[in-house]
Formats: sequence, structure tokens, C-alpha cells
Amino acid sequence: MSAHLHILSAGPGLSLQDAGRPGLLAKGLSRGGAMDPLALAEGAALVGGDPGRALAVEMAGAGGAFRAEGADLLIALTGAPMTAEIDGARVQWAGSHLLPRGATLKIGGALKGSYGYLSLAGLSAPELLGARSAHISGGIGRRLQAGDRLTCAPGPNAGGMMIAPDDRFSGGEIRILPSVQTDQFDAATLSRLETTEFHKDARASRMGARMGLNGPGFSSDAHLAILSEIIVPGDVQVIGDGSPFVLLNECQSMGGYPRIATVISADLHKVAQAASGSPIRFRFVTLEEALAARSSADKHLKSLTSRVQTRVRHPADIPDLLSYQLVGGVISAHHDAADKPQEKET
Amino acid sequence: MNRAIEQGGFPRLHRMGEQGMLVEFGDRLSMAVNAATLAFRAAVDSAALAGVEESATSLKSVFLRFDPIRLSHEALEAALTDLLQARDWYAVALPHGRKLWRVPTVFGGDHGPQLEEAATLAGLSPEEAVSQISRTPVRVLTIGFSPGMPYLGQLPETFDIPRKTELNPHVPAGGLALAIRQLVLFPVGTQTGWRWIGRAAIDVFGQQADQPFPLTAGDEILFHSVSAPEFERAWADVEQGRMVATFEALP
Repeated sequence: MSAHLHILSAGPGLSLQDAGRPGLLAKGLSRGGAMDPLALAEGAALVGGDPGRALAVEMAGAGGAFRAEGADLLIALTGAPMTAEIDGARVQWAGSHLLPRGATLKIGGALKGSYGYLSLAGLSAPELLGARSAHISGGIGRRLQAGDRLTCAPGPNAGGMMIAPDDRFSGGEIRILPSVQTDQFDAATLSRLETTEFHKDARASRMGARMGLNGPGFSSDAHLAILSEIIVPGDVQVIGDGSPFVLLNECQSMGGYPRIATVISADLHKVAQAASGSPIRFRFVTLEEALAARSSADKHLKSLTSRVQTRVRHPADIPDLLSYQLVGGVISAHHDAADKPQEKET
Repeated sequence: MNRAIEQGGFPRLHRMGEQGMLVEFGDRLSMAVNAATLAFRAAVDSAALAGVEESATSLKSVFLRFDPIRLSHEALEAALTDLLQARDWYAVALPHGRKLWRVPTVFGGDHGPQLEEAATLAGLSPEEAVSQISRTPVRVLTIGFSPGMPYLGQLPETFDIPRKTELNPHVPAGGLALAIRQLVLFPVGTQTGWRWIGRAAIDVFGQQADQPFPLTAGDEILFHSVSAPEFERAWADVEQGRMVATFEALP
């Protein structure tokens, strides 16, 4: 039997995601793709895939139960940390693990943030319009569900690697630049945009996230009549109730609400990853600062492979700690109940 | 004299953050403004500026996505300004390669239950409305909102009817709806405030088709009127993934 991952149960927001389909705006399709591209790339670095061709299971809010069939599989867990265990033994997030043939991986709810990623060595899926990711709002592909089997390759090694994640799961400061209608908001309104503490609305989706606020909404003369115009992920629309709404990967391609700003590319995944209710503050930056952040994010992405390191076991991750001879013995840094066989891990 | 001044401040360049630039040709829709967007986009694509990664048009603008590390905002603005000043974009011919589509369409009845209402608002009988709509090719003004969905127009002035205040609960795939001198053709079933007047036998987003998106902004469509049984036979073919609409190249 070929190597695959059998989905035994699925949370409501599971889908296959890669870098999406940039370039189809003229046909009315937003780029889609992984909401946290950094987590997708970290997963690829951990399972040894080509970061440029990374594909993973994206899990919004919660995971599911998965069984390795046909072979031992190499998996990695990145993005929003979630509770995870293999055959009942807790495993570390932001790390790679061997999922032995027949073993069950259970991924629970997010402890922080919104989108977790399950990467698998050799994961493959058919390409449609140049990508393998589902674009749910655009009607391409669908959510994953119980009974689905994902084609993988037998695990090339035993895992046991980790990558230290940046904390991008709790909101905070989001840097913005002006957009088309920014100058139609008066100075006091723009200043209030920077001083208001927003909170990410719980109804956020792959299409976008409303920024809740206490106090008066935002408005401009531009609300009177705007002919629908091209919109892109990152744009901050002011919607009918006066709250800012940040467009995300699966946004529609055209919209008629005025745009007060647009989020810089280096911070967009922070908006996507913020857990619902997280505080969000906006700060206008110069184009130079935005470009410096873009370059630095790009450099970080390219350095991921070199950031992968052997996992140092945390005592909390060791099942049945008391059975170890802690004094006078040396615990292999690589031994983990979930990562068998260990001999490949050196 | 700068042409920008002649056109009441248009065309205008707007930065859209870090990697987007918008060239706006007007603040309301007209056939000339829309034609300018189509012609200018074709010119930008031909110019193949290094660093421009994508172009698209809306009803009234050209959008460019670019890599700001390879191509600075200032350099792109300078290149676009040169291109804008090279010609009167409101007067140039539409780009080559456009198609005229002929799409079997049923109007009224169960396939277009708001035809009468729309015709009344336009001051016409349903027959007159169908006759006018089905005999004039309409331009694909832009594609968007949902994948493959064309906005078509402009219809004669008399069709300048408002959108409904409440939404139609469900217009099916292929549904043709009318408002503000425009038609929209829905790729998938949807809710809409536009009045549902007919159904057209074409899949504008056929995922498995050789050409998943058959239409391109600038193409024209003739929604020629057929009977309900003729439409239903054609639709059965569309559902099998066959293209029943025909096209010819426009000069």
C-alpha cells in the first residue's frame, strides 16, 4: 500500500495550502494560499521539502485525528501552536516527528493564534490553475474531511528537529501604508486609526478579518459613491458599520468600500494569525520601513533551512519521566517516544 | 498641455501600499474610460517592465502588482507617466485579440423571473427589452468579484435601473442579471440585488476546461435569445463541460 495520511476526523477549517495562485486577478481570483506563509516554509524546512513548492494541511483553530498508513511518515507541526499527541504521547509543536505506520496523530485546539500547519514529507496533490491549494471562497477545491487520504512519501528520516518560531500569534502592532482612499479621510480620523486599540473579530476567515472597536467608527466622504475597484489582500477597508476590515488571502477581487490603508506584506500573516479577540494597533510607516521589513522577512524565509536544529527534549515532553535514571545517566537528546527509530537521528 | 488636465484630473496614479499601483482613468464608468483601461493595460503588458508581476483592469482603472525591491515606486511612476503621456488613451482603439461570443440565452419565465419588473422600470415591454438586450453585443467591461464573473455593458440609457434593496435569495449559475446599464453573469449560484432576467449557456469558470476562464475583459458577447427547451439542452451540454457558445475574432 502506498504511503498516505488517513484523516480520521477533521476540524471545520482544514484545507491543503501552498503559495496560492498569484497572477489571476484579471480573471477575478485572489491569490489565496497559506495564511501564514512563514509557517508553511518552516514546515517545508523541517520535512526537507523544497520551500518554493511547499504544501501542507492548514488547520484553522483546531486540527483533527490522522493515521499513517502504508509507511512511516515524517511530519512537521508549525504555525499556531496546538495540542498534539502521537498514540497518546504529547509531541512538541514547531518540530518534526516520525509518525509510525498505524500510529494516530491527534491535533487539538490552538493554544495561541489561528492557523496551524501539518506538513508531510512527499505530500502531493493534483494541481489546478497552477497550484494545489484549495481556494474555498473561489470554489476551487474543498475543505478536507474525515475519510480523505493524502498521498505522501515514506518518511526519509525520523524527525526530531525543531525550529524556533517567531511569536506572531497574539496581534499587536500592525504596520500600514496609505492606499487609494487614505487621503479622503481627514487627519483626525487617520490619527484615531493609529491610537485606537482594536480587537480581532471572532468571525475572521480566510477572506478577511474585521477589527472590532469600542467607540465611534471611521468614515469619510468617500463612502458616498465608490465604483467597485480592484482590492488585494492587506487592504484595510472601512465597512458599513465603520470598522476597519483587513482583506486576507481569499478576498474577493473587487470591492466598493473605501480603503483607509493597506497592511505591509511583512505583517499580514500577523493579522491572519492573531487569535480572535487579540489586540490590534495600526501604525503608519514610511515606504522605506515597509521595504526594509519586506527584505528582512524575505531573508528570514531564505534562512529557515539553516535555522532547523536538533530538538532538545523538554522534561514535560518525556512520558513517564520517573522511569528514567536521571542521576548519573545521560539522556539522549534525541530520544522521544514519538520519534522511532532514533538511530537515524544524529 | 498635459492630457491629465484635459480629462478633469484623470488619469491619476495612486500608490496602493507597498506593491500595488493603480492607474485610474475616471471616477465613473463610461465606455471611453473602460476602453482606456483595456488599451493601457495591453500597452503596459507589451512594455514588459522588469518587476511588474501582474496587471488587471477594473471598470475604470488598471492595477499593477510589482516587486518594489526590483522596481521602485518612483521608477514605475515615471514609466507609467511616460506611457500615459504618449497617447490619448481615451481615443485609442481597443486591443487586438478580442472575441465576439454568441451565447444561447433564455430570457424571462422560470429562467428570468424578474424580466418583466426590469422591463417596466426601463419603460419597455418585456419583448422590447429582450429585443434590445439580445441584439446588441455588450462588452466584458471587467471580470471579478468572484472568479470568472463578467460585468457587461453598457446597455442603452433606458436600462439605467437601480439595484433592488433586498437580495434575491438565489440566482443559479448562468443567471443573467441587470442593473445600472450593466449585465452580470453568475459563474455559480448566488444572492444578488440585481434583477434576474435570464440564463446564458456558458460556464465562465470551468475549472476542468482547457480554458478555465474563456472570457477576457474587452471581449463582446451577444446573448442571442433562444426558447427554454433550447436553453435547457444547451445547458445540459455546458454541465458536461462542453462549450456551446461560439466566438469569432474581433478586428
